[in-house]
Amino acid sequence: MNRIDQLFSTKPKEVLNIYFTAGFPQLGDTLTVLQALQDGGADMAEIGMPFSDPLADGPVIQDSSTRAIKNGMKLAVLFEQLKGFREKISIPVVLMGYINPVLQYGVENFLRSCQEVGVDGLILPDLPMDEYETEYKPLFEKYGQHLVFLVTPETSEARIRKIDSLSRGFVYAVSSSSTTGKDKDMQLQASYFEKLQSMQLKNPVLVGFGIRDKATFQQACRYSNGAIIGSAFVKAIENSANLQDTVQAFVRNIKQ
Amino acid sequence: MDIAINTSQSRYHVNEKGYYGDFGGAYIPEMLYPNVEELRENYLNIMRDPAFQQEFESLLRDYVGRPSPLYFASRLSEKYNSKIFLKREDLNHTGAHKINNTIGQILLAKRLGKKRIIAETGAGQHGVATATVCALMGLECIVYMGSVDIQRQAPNVARMKMLGATVVPATSGSQTLKDATNEAIRDWINNPVDTHYIIGSVVGPHPYPDMVARFQSVISEEIKKQLTEKTGKALPDYVIACVGGGSNAAGAFFHFTDDESVQLVAVEAAGKGVDSGFSAATSQLGKPGVIHASKTLLMQTDDGQIVEPHSISAGLDYPGVGPFHAHLYESGRAVFLNATDNEALAAGYELSLLEGIIPALESAHALAKLKDLQLNPEDVTVVCLSGRGDKDLETYIKHLK
Ligand SMILES: Cc1ncc(COP(=O)(O)O)c(C=O)c1O
Repeated sequence: MNRIDQLFSTKPKEVLNIYFTAGFPQLGDTLTVLQALQDGGADMAEIGMPFSDPLADGPVIQDSSTRAIKNGMKLAVLFEQLKGFREKISIPVVLMGYINPVLQYGVENFLRSCQEVGVDGLILPDLPMDEYETEYKPLFEKYGQHLVFLVTPETSEARIRKIDSLSRGFVYAVSSSSTTGKDKDMQLQASYFEKLQSMQLKNPVLVGFGIRDKATFQQACRYSNGAIIGSAFVKAIENSANLQDTVQAFVRNIKQ
Repeated sequence: MDIAINTSQSRYHVNEKGYYGDFGGAYIPEMLYPNVEELRENYLNIMRDPAFQQEFESLLRDYVGRPSPLYFASRLSEKYNSKIFLKREDLNHTGAHKINNTIGQILLAKRLGKKRIIAETGAGQHGVATATVCALMGLECIVYMGSVDIQRQAPNVARMKMLGATVVPATSGSQTLKDATNEAIRDWINNPVDTHYIIGSVVGPHPYPDMVARFQSVISEEIKKQLTEKTGKALPDYVIACVGGGSNAAGAFFHFTDDESVQLVAVEAAGKGVDSGFSAATSQLGKPGVIHASKTLLMQTDDGQIVEPHSISAGLDYPGVGPFHAHLYESGRAVFLNATDNEALAAGYELSLLEGIIPALESAHALAKLKDLQLNPEDVTVVCLSGRGDKDLETYIKHLK
């Protein structure tokens, strides 16, 4: 069974998924952060594949991506770093990034590398659903990679159904119409979350964008199976003198 | 004028799925889906509406000053021993072809009930053209512009401000057109309901490349009529235009794509030389990929990171081309040449001295290739003079030697 499915079957509530950018703050930090996330008690990790022009991201993730690329991070390096990580890390890991680097690496090559190192799923926000369905779905399945699609407050009900039918692992509910790292008020979106809840999707739902601390995490969990923290975490580790400690403290603050 | 609504579809134009051959599409995150889908569903119907067409036509005529002249440049023709016509988009209100598109899109935005307009700009011509139509319609206008371009196109920044627009500097990456486009897209993600994004070239997700090309197609529609009046023939031997994203070229080529006797010549910015590491000659340096939500040719590293381009002209300083042009290139329908910064400067001075017309640096790239085409005395060549050079005086003077 895919590790994401396994997680939700045993822990359907308050799943904490943390995003960080590969190769940031230093090139060699990827595994350190991942290990510390698991040790601190994160349920899932989302590793950002840095891209030069991240359209859906705010300044924090833009900056971490720019720095990671300057550090020398690229897909080939990331897969090299991830070789053997499953010997120590058991939480589900998804890769998140933009489609162009994946196209240049080659979609099938990429999926094969993901499977080889032990990645469980992917979030590729600018891969159109139609193109996935007509061109890539069998390949994702062949290599055991779940693809997670996003919904937003502006997504129609019919489209949410379609997204739910194609998504595997979970559905990523963007908390408000924004780029990452904005602090838009989630309270305003209660009707959207209630709609999602009442639709009884076949996939678990994780809420992301704007989740930054224990309060916002818990607020999101009221309506969903858990939440994703990105920019707030990236900011927290940016200037850390001791990554192990910073990461674990961050996770414990949310979880306790 | 039919703004290319009812004309038969060329096989070089967009198909029903939003592609030009292998290029195009809409590689957008879900946050942009409702905005782009709303446009896709409505743009053709709105453009087909006779009331829309009438409003568009009357503004192009009475406000923009169309048709723009097709001018026989006799001294330039003498120099190159051929018959050279200039399509005078520089004489449009605001000084470039960009206003053809902004008039069309502002009318569309109004019909969609939008209250707030955003745009990106490189040279500032599209920013000025957008600020202008927003003033005309009384809509709020925010223009994103790279910090480097704010420096080198200062007169246009001042114009935008005088027209009531807010100019927001884009400080990421190379701080030029690509980065301004990123910021505009991010703004749209954050303001999905009341905002229309007026993209300034034939780039971005479908339906933008097609929509912008149709609004600009008035250029080739007029060329056909005017050439017939002046030479008795509707078809020239060459049509030459510069390509940044490619909107003036798309407009100048649009009605000629199926007339294979017409040689379409696209001129990209070579910067300091195609292989110098400081260039924007996308067709020569690029590979297929996705930039600004469109599958097209773009300059990128082996790892798929977008490369920062260079051109002396802000309007051509872009690491991609529109999908229409990627298709014209791959299919061989158009030839793609390029001109260096220095060739463009020289061509700008040449036109000034021979014809008394100071061209925009962008347009000067197209003029710079007249010398390389080995034109015959009988050949009829149309150069799209996409804009005037007032905004570039400082750059021209700095390089005067
Ligand atoms: C005068 C002029 N020509 C050409 C361009 C390049 O744009 P496009 O390739 O879309 O025509 C610009 C862009 O700013 C411009 O101002």
